[in-house]
Amino acid sequence: MQVIRSPKVYDVVVVGSGAGGGIAAKVLTEAGAEVCMLEAGPQWDQARDGKMLGWPYESPRRGAPTERPFGEFDAAWGGWELPGEPYTAGKGSQFDWFRARMLGGRTNHWGRISLRWGPDDFRRKSIDGLGDDWPITYDDIKPYYDKLDEFVGIFGTNHAAQTGLHNEPDGKFQPPPLPRAYELYFKQAADKLKIACVPSRLSILTRPLNGRAACHYCAQCGRGCTTHSNFQSPTVLLPPAMATGKLTIVTGAMAREVLSNAEGKATGVSYIDTTTGEEKTVQGRIVVLAASACESARLLLNSKSARFPNGLANGSGAVGKYLTDSTGASLSGFIPKMVGMPNHNEDGTGGMHLYMPWWLHNVKDKLPFPRGYHIEPGGGRRMPGFGFMGGIERHPGGSGGGYGKGLKDEYRRLWGATIGFAGRGEMVPNKDTYMDIDPNVVDKWGIPVPRFHWKFGDEERLQARHMMETFKALIEEMGGTVLGRIPGPEEDYGLAAGGRIIHEAGVVRMGDDPNAAPLNKYCQAHEVKNLFVADAGPFVSQADKNLTWTIMALAWRTCEYIADQRKALSI
Amino acid sequence: MDDMNRRKMLKVLGTAPAMAGIAWTEAEAQQAHQHAQTAKKAAATAKAPYKPKFFTAHEYATVTAFANLIIPKDERSGNASDAGVPEFIDFMMIDQPDRQLLMRGGIKWVDSECRKQFGQPFVKCTAAQQTQICDALAYPAKARPEHSHGVRFFSAVRDLTATGFFTSKIGIADLDYKGNTFVAKWTGAPKEALDHLGVSYEPVKEWYREG
Repeated sequence: MQVIRSPKVYDVVVVGSGAGGGIAAKVLTEAGAEVCMLEAGPQWDQARDGKMLGWPYESPRRGAPTERPFGEFDAAWGGWELPGEPYTAGKGSQFDWFRARMLGGRTNHWGRISLRWGPDDFRRKSIDGLGDDWPITYDDIKPYYDKLDEFVGIFGTNHAAQTGLHNEPDGKFQPPPLPRAYELYFKQAADKLKIACVPSRLSILTRPLNGRAACHYCAQCGRGCTTHSNFQSPTVLLPPAMATGKLTIVTGAMAREVLSNAEGKATGVSYIDTTTGEEKTVQGRIVVLAASACESARLLLNSKSARFPNGLANGSGAVGKYLTDSTGASLSGFIPKMVGMPNHNEDGTGGMHLYMPWWLHNVKDKLPFPRGYHIEPGGGRRMPGFGFMGGIERHPGGSGGGYGKGLKDEYRRLWGATIGFAGRGEMVPNKDTYMDIDPNVVDKWGIPVPRFHWKFGDEERLQARHMMETFKALIEEMGGTVLGRIPGPEEDYGLAAGGRIIHEAGVVRMGDDPNAAPLNKYCQAHEVKNLFVADAGPFVSQADKNLTWTIMALAWRTCEYIADQRKALSI
Repeated sequence: MDDMNRRKMLKVLGTAPAMAGIAWTEAEAQQAHQHAQTAKKAAATAKAPYKPKFFTAHEYATVTAFANLIIPKDERSGNASDAGVPEFIDFMMIDQPDRQLLMRGGIKWVDSECRKQFGQPFVKCTAAQQTQICDALAYPAKARPEHSHGVRFFSAVRDLTATGFFTSKIGIADLDYKGNTFVAKWTGAPKEALDHLGVSYEPVKEWYREG
């Protein structure tokens, strides 16, 4: 096949347009670099493609998740299964790989939970002996969290002093929205159980910022926001990069391989033009991979040459290793006190206004597991959608089924009297959980696909058990009854399968030792000095906290480093 | 066109000729005539019954009957048919084919049971006989073991009916859901709601000085 080469040599080629890629485009173009960004999916425009303020009856399937895993109105073109883009699993393994194929990637639909990691999160091995410490500390990354708070915008409060939770550092927050009534009610229960319960930290504006409007509280952030009040890469990060005139975005560009020369320098990226099927290349003096952790690792493993027979920058053999996802489990309850609430608009921002950060000290000697989890609550009178009050016959507040006028009244009476708690916790990396390249399978673009190997340890299972016990205690403290059955040990206490929480991290980790880690502490490949990774690939460990803010803070730091090195002519 | 608008339109048309004699020009009369023709056509189209794309006519009639028994009309809103539930269920059969067997087989099971008991398929049964069947299937915990297949079918129809009804325009109005709208300033929950739960903003006020 003819390979089409563009004669232009960009300063930087960035693969991916989500959280990390967006930051790279902004920081590098503003530093004066000519950047070419490759995105596998098509353009996305909230006004044209988003369904903000839409109603379920505008869809013949009433928003059912037939085509999109989070429902028809969700702003993610993608999912765990993509036609023609398979992946495989090792024997006895399950890992579900979520990919968005669209400009801005998963930043279009996520929960906007933006939790700044704390000092402990970078040095867990020193604390409990498991996994590895990061080669950087909280102090290295703190200035970039601050920049994000100020530039992207986030609401929340500084509560470390009040709660004593030193690992939940202060930030630069916009005022948080007042809690909903039921949130004050579960806070009461949390207070009684001595579980911390504080204002959420969501990257949604409650005050105008940088030409973006404050939130209008329709609660549908996951559909894309036409007023740009929530954080999405295409509305927040790409516009300033475009304004420099130095950013070229190529959509429909499925990256295949990072090209390198005999000196061991990256020279560009080859990609498949998904509209024509042609293979093309784009040349760059520097390459930044921000394709998402597993996609970036796959690219490196697929970039083999005489000099790099195990894949580019993989002399350590660690590319693909130390894969993790957040642990996740959830439980709902029926709260009789919430029946017959005076009706009002409970929408608020797209997500919880109060949440529960990990409130216990990280002590293996008191709890049977290391690390911890935070709790994301939700409930109340939300917009009815597909699956509305399904299984009413099992509802503890109901009459066990029925039909007719009585049932109609029962739906009205019980709607909005449900609370749900979801736990998101830290998984410890283990040697049995990793990805490699399946030797037998290619996708529809001819690119060899990843093969995942997954194993949870007792650390994760016992954490899920603790989640369930806590959720049950909260529900009962609220005077409620658990909805459904609490899963037992034979179901890993409801622990979600790997990849289901969509927080995959690791696989291109950073470390000071080139024999143990592909990247140095600036997310620069030890072996390929002009190659960087700016997604969750460099993560040495998870925290119980969501990844996006840390992906962006690391990417910002990496790109400032790139700009400085360019000025010093050292790359 | 929904019923309400159609009635309104026919009423306007009915009064038109009397008014025409007084004030209408010929051009206006012409326009009114055209309007009337379009409206008549629209009314005729609206009256054409929905043609199911998955269910047979008999199956569709059965699903419709169940849906309207599950969500009947009352003083607050219309029934499942008024909310387009049968059309929605038919659509879901094609959209999520995994549901087909339970639904199609379930209808067959119910008809077979009705023939055994009453000599008629479900839709031909009397209202009292339909009630008897529904009573036997609608409460899984109390249902007899030999009815378990019917119970599963009934629960599935109930779930689809509830989704179809309460995600429709009339269902959302019935629930009086207040959200999905622009809110200039978020002021939290009203006092009545706080009182109902016995909570207040007092314990968290420190965090909301600016809010």
